[in-house]
Amino acid sequence: MSEHLLEVNHLKKYFKTGKGTVQAVDDISFTLDAGKTLGLVGESGCGKSTTGRTILRLLEPTDGQVIFEGKDIAKLKPAEMRRMRQEMQMIFQDPFSSLNPRKTVEELIGEPLKWFKVHKTKAEQKEHVAKLMDIVGLAPRLANVYPHELDGGRRQRIGIARALALDPKLIVCDEPVSALDVSIQAQVLNLLKELQKEYNIAYIFITHDLSVVNHISDDIAVMYLGQIVEKAPSKELFTNPTHPYTKALLSAIPIPDPDLQVEQIPLKGEISSPINMKRDCHFAARCPYATEVCLASTPELVDRGNEHFVACHLF
Amino acid sequence: MNKQYDDEVLRVEDLTVYYETDEGIAKAVNNLDLVVRKGKTVGLVGETGSGKTTTALSILRLIPDPPGVIKSGKVILDGMDIYSLTEGEMDMVRGFHASMIFQDPMTALNPVMTVGDQIAETLRIHEGLNKADSIAKAQEMLKVVGIPPERAKEYPHQFSGGMKQRVVIAIALACQPKLMIADEPTTALDVTIQAQVLREMKELREKFDMSMIMITHDLGIIAQMCDEVAVIYAGRIIEFGELREIFKDTKHPYTQGLFDSLPKINDDRDMLQPIPGLMPDPMELPEGCAFAPRCKYATEKCNQVIPPKHYFTDTHYAACWRYEDPEFKL
Amino acid sequence: MSKKNKKAETTTGRKNISKRQDITRRFLRNRNSVIGLVVTAIFVFVALFAPILVDYDTQVIQQDIPNRLLHPGEDPDHPLGTDELGRDVMARLIYAAKMSLAIGAMAVIIAIAIGVVIGASAGYFGGRVDTILMRIMEVLDGVPSFLMALTICASLGASVYTLMIAIAVGSIAAQSRIVRSAVLTVKNNEYVEAAKAMGASDMQIIFYHIIPNCVGTIIVQFSVKIAGGILHASSLSFLGLGVQPPDPEWGAMLSGGRAYMLDNPTLTLFPGLCIMVVILAFNMLGDGLRDSLDPRLKG
Repeated sequence: MSEHLLEVNHLKKYFKTGKGTVQAVDDISFTLDAGKTLGLVGESGCGKSTTGRTILRLLEPTDGQVIFEGKDIAKLKPAEMRRMRQEMQMIFQDPFSSLNPRKTVEELIGEPLKWFKVHKTKAEQKEHVAKLMDIVGLAPRLANVYPHELDGGRRQRIGIARALALDPKLIVCDEPVSALDVSIQAQVLNLLKELQKEYNIAYIFITHDLSVVNHISDDIAVMYLGQIVEKAPSKELFTNPTHPYTKALLSAIPIPDPDLQVEQIPLKGEISSPINMKRDCHFAARCPYATEVCLASTPELVDRGNEHFVACHLF
Repeated sequence: MNKQYDDEVLRVEDLTVYYETDEGIAKAVNNLDLVVRKGKTVGLVGETGSGKTTTALSILRLIPDPPGVIKSGKVILDGMDIYSLTEGEMDMVRGFHASMIFQDPMTALNPVMTVGDQIAETLRIHEGLNKADSIAKAQEMLKVVGIPPERAKEYPHQFSGGMKQRVVIAIALACQPKLMIADEPTTALDVTIQAQVLREMKELREKFDMSMIMITHDLGIIAQMCDEVAVIYAGRIIEFGELREIFKDTKHPYTQGLFDSLPKINDDRDMLQPIPGLMPDPMELPEGCAFAPRCKYATEKCNQVIPPKHYFTDTHYAACWRYEDPEFKL
Repeated sequence: MSKKNKKAETTTGRKNISKRQDITRRFLRNRNSVIGLVVTAIFVFVALFAPILVDYDTQVIQQDIPNRLLHPGEDPDHPLGTDELGRDVMARLIYAAKMSLAIGAMAVIIAIAIGVVIGASAGYFGGRVDTILMRIMEVLDGVPSFLMALTICASLGASVYTLMIAIAVGSIAAQSRIVRSAVLTVKNNEYVEAAKAMGASDMQIIFYHIIPNCVGTIIVQFSVKIAGGILHASSLSFLGLGVQPPDPEWGAMLSGGRAYMLDNPTLTLFPGLCIMVVILAFNMLGDGLRDSLDPRLKG
């Protein structure tokens, strides 16, 4: 029995395409304890969403282990996997397309309860849904309303309510607030935090927004082209970023304070796509400090003390 | 009405724009005043549905009509009264005097035309250049926005998101307009690319001595790019001022609420302070201050009468009743 | 403050009514769909009670050569006139409603049922399942549908039931393809992935999420194809397959009347009118159903 709630070991997810093999997730390892949040940060195409989906086995892993409560879910049979889904849920980015437009709020929130036949009678399920709506702050009068009649914030609350319905131990949140306006975003982030405290849920929080991830995460892993390049407790990562990519990423965030404009570290070019990658440091092509060593081999993620892991030849 | 300046590039007075649909009238922009001076960048910040894009479209008379109707107002761009021009004259104004950059670069580009041709086309229409000259100038424009000129022969799909947005900027700049309206130009881009594009825009703005309206919901971009800021809520500017006045001497409760709900990179607050509730439906705007229902300082008067501008300095105002009381502080 | 808040939210806070009431309300608000429903209901009623409304032996098939080709109104006993064998047109039209509607509707129901299963499986599972199923459909499509129907009728023996099957088989391929493309669009929505993440099985996803979201396409197909089915049935009946004389059938009546088009145009007019009105009614009903089942369209 492992002491961690979730242990991901050397997880890989490759896609075969006409142009070659896309190494969307390429050898990722991390652990997550109950009630904690791991932020998974990176730019589009870095494989952060694919990682989240592979952990939940919405995509079949190509290689590696995903050990959840001591069981390698990558090896579970489909029926066992379905049972396991009660413990691990997901909140999606787009609160519009992740809700079936033909179902009412009540049906949407009741969906997981229906699949697992949690309640024997409709009345019981109705009561449970009402309780969930109360928890996430949806007024009872909205039960028979369709999602298109609601604003983004309320739609995302539906997504949260049904992720909570089965009392999961882990929720993968895929950019849950990036489609929302700041004032609404803050409401939803606060809700997620409160729920975590109340129900001891672990989150994998996938986002491209570093300020959001700082606010909600205990640990943060920065991804670049399918690999984790740096991982550290939030505070440590923000006060002492080490990997050149993390530094550039942090310096690129526009700070909402005219007196606090930091010097940006310019990056060359743009993120490429992870097709048929060489065994080099994937960031070398854009790195202002790259040397020959960087082109020769892929750096390992090494502990630099204080739980701070960095994958860079130069540090 | 705003103060008169000698170097105004754009003056918007009392602009009111409604969308009249079967379901009702959405009051998108209500009695909005705005002045943009030469070489200055004005940030227009607000949430989804606050009317910031409608304002921008109205300036260039690009409101889809129907359902959009410009109910009242006057737009003076570069000395011309925009709403008295003919459609043909308007075509010359767009791109030549003022141009616009949209959020999604893919929809702004023609997928079956090379990017060079797209820039050249603008030049031929507005500057009357011949084919060879226009192509040469197009390549020059690409160089200006940081794209190798030899890529002029490529099609939009061969460019990445950031590169496409640069092409759009190149088209917008081709005729060196006096005013550039950028509507969330970097929202679709990653942060590192956003940083590149914003840096590029800053340099170009200086190079061409352009005025700019920067529409965004990101206060970070505002802080980085703008000289003046207009905070827009339910189709009205509720606070306007120079950059520092807005950020360091915030007056309107809504602006304060925006800052409080922002997760910041350098703070450890456990909980954010969101603004309670939602922006009102533009079809059912409250009688008084549109923000009053969500405002913890609201009084009976706020709910009944729309507040006038209250000036703190020559440049800084907020539309809030509470400042009638000289003691009032946020 | 709270009062104002409530006002701002009225667009989202609708009165609490159940889903079924909501659909009914939206359906009834659309005048065309109500007309469609009423007309369809009348035809179905007539078809169901045809044996009671008219007497088969004395009215439908009883020949009366002296009184043949009577114009409407010439004889009060035959308000719509008589055909080339002196049979009452009105009675035959009523009796034919039973045949035509049953054949048209059943054929389309069979075709759509099979088409939904094949199309949904092909679209949802994709990959090899998709390739195999769709290649089979292409082969099926390669055989001219009329020839196929002829073969089926000839080999199974001519009867109303064979006719239904023959017409159905001819349109399975088209149905599958339409359902498949509808499924492909729906499948790429995130809510399908969300359902999987919530622990729904493939079958649950197909029946709870995918098919209800394709229902608009399917209903439109139903109302369009039912017209085709009726016409198809009549051409086969005309060839002597399917509905056998002296049983009446609209298509057969239509083609039977062609020879007397100049003297007695009403012989073709009435069955033609019946076909047209039924098709129109089905289309209006179908459009109305589709719209009222989609909560995004406000009725």
